[in-house]
Amino acid sequence: MTFLTYLISGLALGSVYAIIALGYTMVYGIAKMLNFAHGDIIMAGGYVAFYAFSKFGLPSYLCIILSIAVSTIIGVIIERLAYKPLRQASSLSVLITAIGVSYFLQNAAQLMFGSDTKIFPAMLTEGSLKMFNGQLTISYLTIITIVTCIIIMVGLTAFINKTKIGKAMRACAEDKGAAQLMGINVDTTISVTFAIGSGLAAIAAVLLCSTYPSLSPTLGSMPGIKAFTAAVFGGIGSIPGALLGGMLLGVIENLTKAYISTQLSDAIVFTVLIIVLLIKPTGLLGKKENVKV
Amino acid sequence: MKNIFKNLFSKKNLSRTISFLMVTLAYILIEVMMNTVGMSRLFKSLLVPTCCYIILALSLNLVVGISGELSLGHAGFMAIGAFTAVIVSGLTLTTVTNDILRLIISVAAGSIVAGIFGFIISVPVLKLSGDYLAIVTLAFGQIIKSLITNIYLGIDSKGLQMSFVTNTLNLEGGKMLLSGPMGATDTAKISNFTSGFVMILITLFVIYSMINSKYGRAIMSARDNRIAAESIGISITRTKTLAFVVSSILAGMAGALYALNYSTLQPAKFDFNTSILALVYVVFGGLGNINGTIISTTILYILPELLRSLQDYRMLIYAIVLIVVMQLTNSAKVKNYLEKLNKKFFRKGAAE
Repeated sequence: MTFLTYLISGLALGSVYAIIALGYTMVYGIAKMLNFAHGDIIMAGGYVAFYAFSKFGLPSYLCIILSIAVSTIIGVIIERLAYKPLRQASSLSVLITAIGVSYFLQNAAQLMFGSDTKIFPAMLTEGSLKMFNGQLTISYLTIITIVTCIIIMVGLTAFINKTKIGKAMRACAEDKGAAQLMGINVDTTISVTFAIGSGLAAIAAVLLCSTYPSLSPTLGSMPGIKAFTAAVFGGIGSIPGALLGGMLLGVIENLTKAYISTQLSDAIVFTVLIIVLLIKPTGLLGKKENVKV
Repeated sequence: MKNIFKNLFSKKNLSRTISFLMVTLAYILIEVMMNTVGMSRLFKSLLVPTCCYIILALSLNLVVGISGELSLGHAGFMAIGAFTAVIVSGLTLTTVTNDILRLIISVAAGSIVAGIFGFIISVPVLKLSGDYLAIVTLAFGQIIKSLITNIYLGIDSKGLQMSFVTNTLNLEGGKMLLSGPMGATDTAKISNFTSGFVMILITLFVIYSMINSKYGRAIMSARDNRIAAESIGISITRTKTLAFVVSSILAGMAGALYALNYSTLQPAKFDFNTSILALVYVVFGGLGNINGTIISTTILYILPELLRSLQDYRMLIYAIVLIVVMQLTNSAKVKNYLEKLNKKFFRKGAAE
C-alpha cells in the first residue's frame, strides 16, 4: 500500500511537470527555441495567486483565473519585446536572451515581493480520501492535480487537432515559410503558443505551490529544469511525449526519494534521462529527422 | 627580427598576438597598480576568480564556438577539477611543503581527472546532436554536483576514509577533506593572481595551438558541414571528442585554480547557473572569438561587483544589459550602422 501511495503522489508531481513541460514543448515545436524563462513564469503565477488570495481575499477560482490571465499577459509581452526581434537570430542569441529574461523576472520579483519565503495558503482543497480501511490515503489535492493534467491534455490535443489556430500551429511547426505562404500569420500563431504555455504555467504554479506550500523568487528554476528534462525525455515538440515524460519523471523521482535516497534523487533522475536518450536519441516519442545532403 | 615581427602580426597570427599581449599588459598593469597606488580589497578579491572564469569561458568556447556543440554542464568539469585539487592539496600538505609545487601538482591532478571524466562523458554525449546533446551535458552537470554533495572524505592516521550519502566517518585526529553539502573546508589558500595569469597563458597556448593545427581545422570543418567533412575522411566523433576532452581539462584547471583560492568551497557553487554564466560570457564575446571571450568575461564578471552600490537593482540591470545587447547585436539597423562606421574609419586600411 505504501508503494501505491508513493506511486500516486509521484503521478501528481509528474502531472505538474507535464503541464510545465507542455509550455516548453509547444514553444520549442513552433518557435524552435528553449524558453528558459518559462520556469519564472510559474513563479509569477504563484505570486499573483498568493496575493490575490491572502491580501485581497478573492475566492480561489478568481485567484486562479487572475493568475492565468496575468501569466498569459507576461508571456505574450516577453515574446513580443524580447523574442520577436530575434526571429532570424542564431539560437544561442535567443537562448541568452531567454536567460536574461529569466534573471529579470527573478530579480524583479525579489524587488517587488522580497526574497523571503512565503507560505502558500491552501486555496484549493484540504483533506483526503481514505480507502481500504484507511490503509491508502490520497489527498484531494493529488486527485485534483492528476485530473487537471488529464483534462488539459485532452483539451489541448483537441484544440491542436480540431481548431483552425491549432492547425496553424501545426503548420508553423512543420515549415514556417510554407505556412506564411498559405496565409497563416506566423507571428500571431507564435504569440498564441506563448500565451497558452504561460497560462498553463500559471495552473502548474497553483498546483505546485499547493503541494509544496512555499513561495520564493527562485521557485520556478528547479521545476523548470525538471520539466524541460521531462519534455526532452518524452521527445521535445511532442505533446503526448510531454505527458509521458512528465509522469515518468515524477514517478521516478518520488520512488527514488522513498526507496533509495532523498539526496541522490536528482542524480538518479538525470541518469535515467541519459540512459533513455542513449537508447532513443530523440526521446521516447520524438520523431527522428533524416538529414538530407 | 623584422620577419618575426611581420609573422606575429600577419593575418593568421594577429589574434593570437593580441591575446597574449592583452593578457600580459593587463597583468603588468594590475601588478604595478597593486604595488604602487594599491587596490581595494574588493578588487583584489576579484582577480583570481576573474582568471578562473576567463579560463572556463575559453574552454567552453572551444566546445560551443569552435566545435559547435552546446554544453550546459561545464560547471560540472569545473567542480571535478576543484574538488580533486582540494583533495590532492590536502593529501600532500605535509609531504610537499613548497606551495608552488603543491599548486602545480594539485592543478595538474584536477585537470587530468576532469579530462578523464570529459572523455567518459563525451562517449554518450557525442552520439547525440543539437538540443539533446545540450540536455545530456546539463544532466551530467547536475549528476556530478549531486554526487559531490554526497561525498564525505577524511584522512587520519589510518589513511583515507570515505563514506557516501551519510557521514559515517569516525576520524581519529586527522581532518575532513570533503564534508558533503558543506564541501571543502579549511583548504590551504595557495593560488594567487600570478598563477592565474600563467594558467590563462597556458590555456591560450593550448587553444591557439589546437586551432592552428590540423586537428583544429578538422574540428571546425566538422562544425561547418558535418557531412562534407565526413566525406573527405574526417572522423567526426574523434575530432569532437578531442575538443570536448581538451575543453574539460581546461575547465578542470579553472576549477582547481578557483578552489585553491578559497579556504571553504561548497559544491552548490558549481550549479546550473555557473554553466549558464560561462555560456553567457562566450556568446557575449562572440562564438569562437577568443579575444572577445576574454574581454566579455572580464567585463561581465566585474560589472555586477561594480554595481554593488546599487544593491538590489544590480542583477536587474545585469539582466537588462543581457537582453538589450542581444537585441542590438542582432538588429539589422545596428549592423548596417556599424558596417558604415567600419568603412568610414578603416577604408584606408582596406585599400592597402
